[in-house]
Amino acid sequence: MATTAEPIDVIKTKIEQLDVAEAQRELGAGAEPVLLDVREPHEFAEAHLEGATLVPPAEIGDRIAELVPDRAQRVVLYCRVGNRSARAAYELQGAGYENVASVAGGIEAWQELGLPVVAPEGMSRDQRMRYSRHTLLPEVGVEGQLKLLNAKVLLVGAGGLGSPSALYLAAAGIGTLGLVDDDDVEESNLQRQVIHSTERVGTPKTESARIAIEGLNPDVDVVEHRMRLDSSNVIELLRDYDVIVDGADNFPTRYLLNDASVRLRKPVVSASILGFEGQISSFMPYEGPCYRCLYPVPPPAELAPSCGAAGVLGVMAGVMGLLQANEVVKLVIGIGEPLIGRLLIYDSLGTRFTELKVRRDPECPICGPDAAEIPESELGKFPDYDAFCAGAPLG
Amino acid sequence: MPTVKIPPVLRSETGGEAEVAAAGASVGEVLRSLVAAHPGTERQLFSGEGELNRYVNVYLNDEDVRVLDGVETSVAESDTVVILPAMAGGA
Repeated sequence: MATTAEPIDVIKTKIEQLDVAEAQRELGAGAEPVLLDVREPHEFAEAHLEGATLVPPAEIGDRIAELVPDRAQRVVLYCRVGNRSARAAYELQGAGYENVASVAGGIEAWQELGLPVVAPEGMSRDQRMRYSRHTLLPEVGVEGQLKLLNAKVLLVGAGGLGSPSALYLAAAGIGTLGLVDDDDVEESNLQRQVIHSTERVGTPKTESARIAIEGLNPDVDVVEHRMRLDSSNVIELLRDYDVIVDGADNFPTRYLLNDASVRLRKPVVSASILGFEGQISSFMPYEGPCYRCLYPVPPPAELAPSCGAAGVLGVMAGVMGLLQANEVVKLVIGIGEPLIGRLLIYDSLGTRFTELKVRRDPECPICGPDAAEIPESELGKFPDYDAFCAGAPLG
Repeated sequence: MPTVKIPPVLRSETGGEAEVAAAGASVGEVLRSLVAAHPGTERQLFSGEGELNRYVNVYLNDEDVRVLDGVETSVAESDTVVILPAMAGGA
């Protein structure tokens, strides 16, 4: 059998290559060739040519005799871009197959011409192209991408943390992104709030973010909630969403968000930043600890200055916001190990991550065993968080 | 000697040091050594009655001392005590 260790451009001169138009003519003609897809199963599942048989490159040598007993039979091979199929064609030629061709440019070139493929329901041709780097990942695949496209994620805060996470969640194809913020874009935001722009200074942040997201990915339905989260609106707001991203800038909102999300059993991916440090954890009600298990009471103002008062490295917002986006994607698709019961601290000056264990607090008033079941009529009734956090900063 | 990790908000009290070596065989002793060396940390770590403030989380290595023996938790020479304050900044 011929060696396939030769350079791919040399191999391509020694085999017959069909361009997409030629391949289409031949595949549509009466005497149909045997059509082999020489990619991996998850790529085949994403989209393949009609009538193709899947034979991953590693299996060709063992299976070809059974698939094509007649060495004079016409065989057309394709892969994603035409390299694996060229090598496979060369290998078959060396094994005595006389009439083998590879489709130059592969299924990507085929799809670029808008030619039909067999693809699972649920994604348009444009979406298959847009998310191909996701669907190529076996852990994501078409199924995972469809989960992202159907997911509803609420970002509390369209600021430092919300900006990067909103951009990447939008690019990832999260179907619905809700944005809660009542501020306008200010010049001092632009050092880290990368979803906004100089020309949109003075624009409401939710509107500015929507403009950026729509420019990036028209698949995303952006829902603007131009308001401050409070006891009167939190339950109704959270109800419609699958995952909450906490990028709030104050303690009352963080405690309110926690208590409401535990009541509604919604996961919260929570991060905070200050100076050169960031913290992140994922709170999955009743599966892991909640925010109050970690921090039963808020610190006094002097121990918890705000970014506005103490400053924050702009890059920190990006690092922590993207760690949040990463957690959201994992939670939506159901892969990997979320940060449940773990608090990750990032020290950007030392470039060090520290991981701490977070346990459920058996005395937690919100998710502990003694936390009473709350009737539907009481769901929206909360204590006074401003009083609870008195002394803690509000921004 | 055990090492104490100082959070950014307390570093003004430790001369900017992010890690301080502090002697002691228990978490409480280690924190008291820290306070002795850097008195400015006392008010933020301990209440007027000498109890560890409830809003200060303390970890022995990666475990919350609340699930161990609190300030009585034994500390070995090579251990790290982490002081963790809540942070609310997101904007």
